[in-house]
Amino acid sequence: MKRGLAIWFRSGAPWIWLNAGAVAVCLAMVIGLLLLLGVRGLGHFWPKPVLQASYAAMDPPLTVVGEIANTETVDAAQLRFFAAGLPLAGATIERQLLKLGNRDITGNDFAWVLPEFFIEVNYPEQLVTLERREWGNFYGYLTGILQDGASAAPRGTEADAAGALWSELHRRLDRARQLRQEIEQIERTIIADINFGMERLRLQERRLQLAGGDSPENSRQIDRQREMLDTQYAEIRLRLLELNRQIQRDSAIFRIADGSTAEIPVADIVRAYRPNAMNWFEAMGVYLARLLEFLTEDPRESNTEGGLLPAIYGTAMMVLLMSVIVTPLGVLAAVYLSEYAPRGWLTRIIRISVNNLAGVPSIVYGMFGLGFFIYLAGGEIDRLFFAESLPAPTFGTPGLLWASLTLALLTLPVVIVATEEGLANIPATLREGSLALGATKFETLWQVILPLARPSMLTGLILAVARAAGEVAPLMLVGVVKLAPSLPLDTEFPYLHLEQQFMHLGYYVFDLAMQSPNVEAAMPQAFATAFLLVAVVTGLNLSAVILRGRLRERYRAMDTGSWS
Amino acid sequence: MNTGIGAGNKAGSAAVEPAPCLEARNLTLHYSRNQRALNEIRLTIPRQRVTALIGPSGCGKTSLLRCFNRLNDLVDDCVITGRIKLEGKNIYSPKIDVTELRRRVGMVFQKPNPFPKSIYENVAFGLRIRGINSRRQLDEIVQESLTAAALWDEVKDRLHKSALELSGGQQQRLVIARTLAVEPEVLLLDESASVLDPISTLKIEELITELKKNYTIVIVTHNLQQAARVSDYTAFMYMGNMVEFDSTARIFTNPVKRQTEDYITGRYG
Repeated sequence: MKRGLAIWFRSGAPWIWLNAGAVAVCLAMVIGLLLLLGVRGLGHFWPKPVLQASYAAMDPPLTVVGEIANTETVDAAQLRFFAAGLPLAGATIERQLLKLGNRDITGNDFAWVLPEFFIEVNYPEQLVTLERREWGNFYGYLTGILQDGASAAPRGTEADAAGALWSELHRRLDRARQLRQEIEQIERTIIADINFGMERLRLQERRLQLAGGDSPENSRQIDRQREMLDTQYAEIRLRLLELNRQIQRDSAIFRIADGSTAEIPVADIVRAYRPNAMNWFEAMGVYLARLLEFLTEDPRESNTEGGLLPAIYGTAMMVLLMSVIVTPLGVLAAVYLSEYAPRGWLTRIIRISVNNLAGVPSIVYGMFGLGFFIYLAGGEIDRLFFAESLPAPTFGTPGLLWASLTLALLTLPVVIVATEEGLANIPATLREGSLALGATKFETLWQVILPLARPSMLTGLILAVARAAGEVAPLMLVGVVKLAPSLPLDTEFPYLHLEQQFMHLGYYVFDLAMQSPNVEAAMPQAFATAFLLVAVVTGLNLSAVILRGRLRERYRAMDTGSWS
Repeated sequence: MNTGIGAGNKAGSAAVEPAPCLEARNLTLHYSRNQRALNEIRLTIPRQRVTALIGPSGCGKTSLLRCFNRLNDLVDDCVITGRIKLEGKNIYSPKIDVTELRRRVGMVFQKPNPFPKSIYENVAFGLRIRGINSRRQLDEIVQESLTAAALWDEVKDRLHKSALELSGGQQQRLVIARTLAVEPEVLLLDESASVLDPISTLKIEELITELKKNYTIVIVTHNLQQAARVSDYTAFMYMGNMVEFDSTARIFTNPVKRQTEDYITGRYG
């Protein structure tokens, strides 16, 4: 027996098992991560059935309406401590988190319940889920529609009264949606233009004061322009008021779980559907609409609902800007280090330092960005070029440019190392072949070596982008905010607003998960955002792997070419 | 036919001694402080003849070859003393333009090293870096060079395809064409036919015989039959020393030095 074990050890089988085990653990962790994020993140958009039941744990039994948000098993002893009066049997008990919605009416939109106390659980087809602009979800039965306070329910036979009411609500929803689009259009373009013009006039005035050129003639001119903008604003304000009055015209009456009625303005409704009456295709329609909203709209309700377009946009802008900065810098540095720097201890120290930079905790870069870029460089820029807006800082405050620069610094080692590796991988015979034809070192580098090293530069860049896209800690110090009022790229001159603060996917997740006022409501959104972030970073890494594969193939073609 | 060249040349060399093209005098090369790769080499390479450098591995053949176009300059810690003259001018003089020297002394390597560009661009590479960009001129020289390298007929329909798609033998001829395009005076072939299949080797050997009408050729080879077949003169090197240099016929039939005879007859190497 002992001999057999010794042979088994000598054969190397345990070693192989150990290796395979390590791989299995890695695989399980990665798949587990993706599965968790995928299920919880993507499942969030599927319209859940809404149950109605009597909850017997209360006396008298309470009618509850809501969707099951979470299920967990807890220690019964613990529950007995909190709910002394209840007859609880067994060592563990299952409890469910019920999303009750109607936060504006009842005050709490989530409650833990014990499903064993449910009586008469059913899923009424007439139950309506409303997604609202404020106060989260609403659940209830549609009973009437008001127009300017008077009933506007369509006349119909008793049989299809509910159906007629339902389609009437949708008609009015469409109308409200169009009005809202109009309002948003005005706010985004005309009002933004007026604000921008006002700010420009203020700065112009201040600049003139600073330069001592505030002659009566100049100030009269500025006043005239300001007056013009004011009139324009007054007109547009009237139009907006009118639109707002129109959009507030309709409201819907609902009966809620406790039997009371609630009036919901149609303008506040984002989406209305009857989850229990939907077939698979209708549910899919709602799912896709919500997914689209998630990707293309602004956030609502302190980021717990709506979309994260500004965060996607901000992340993309920052990463783009960072790439533009880091690529030339990294490639040039790598070319110098590997081609021109004399091989000595100094070069070796520089190379080791560059490699070590990749290991510096990112928050340290954040501190550096704050201290050097923002306070020092930004403060100086403000003093020299934006004196008229001081004491309000323009560049001396966290913003897109500084975040991009900080991340460029952070990812510089990745680009340098990848490029250097690529340069070193190019067969020496190609270099010699070019030199032997009378090319100078520079011509060889430019015409033969660098084109061949392009894939590895790209690999480095993609790895840098993947790292930057997922970075959060330094960004909190140099420019990311919870909610940015405007996008960093828009139609106002100078179009790209480098000094603006922006939103970022990674920080969005952190904010939702850790700092949200309504954690239960925020969690699904946090998972969905995390899934999006992982998908983006994985996609980037995957393209890096594919690129590297292509590069290797290219060399293989070159190597085998001589043997065939 | 092969022995004919050697014999004919023997007669010729007795009548008119060919003019020297490359001359190495007291050429010593260290790769690091104490390792001497070439020791006081003295060698005269005749113009428009094929000279073969033979010897066992590590004897310094390739090091010597790479001195002729100063490719050893790229090697760190490589110290060269002595002189090499090309047409009477010392190529290690500080006044010499190294890129111009390398154009005049072309080199083909052991493994084919076409650039990962099209066939056309490979041949045009040397011309473009010399500032020749006229389409007509390029077309003309590319065709001439490919024809001279006996490759034109095989590639004329796919000039703009990647050079990496060619076979090894074709790639090697492409590299020769690329070298010929910049109009060198000397061709250095570093075991250029050693990793190819027999048919490709034969083609390259025929090409060498053809090219020597216009170029001075120096080849390094491990293959003694090849040296005997294509070269007019042969230099036998051993441990960094130039042991014997004479016409190929004499080296292979009646060497003076014992070491040469041992090597030729296969007693070591």
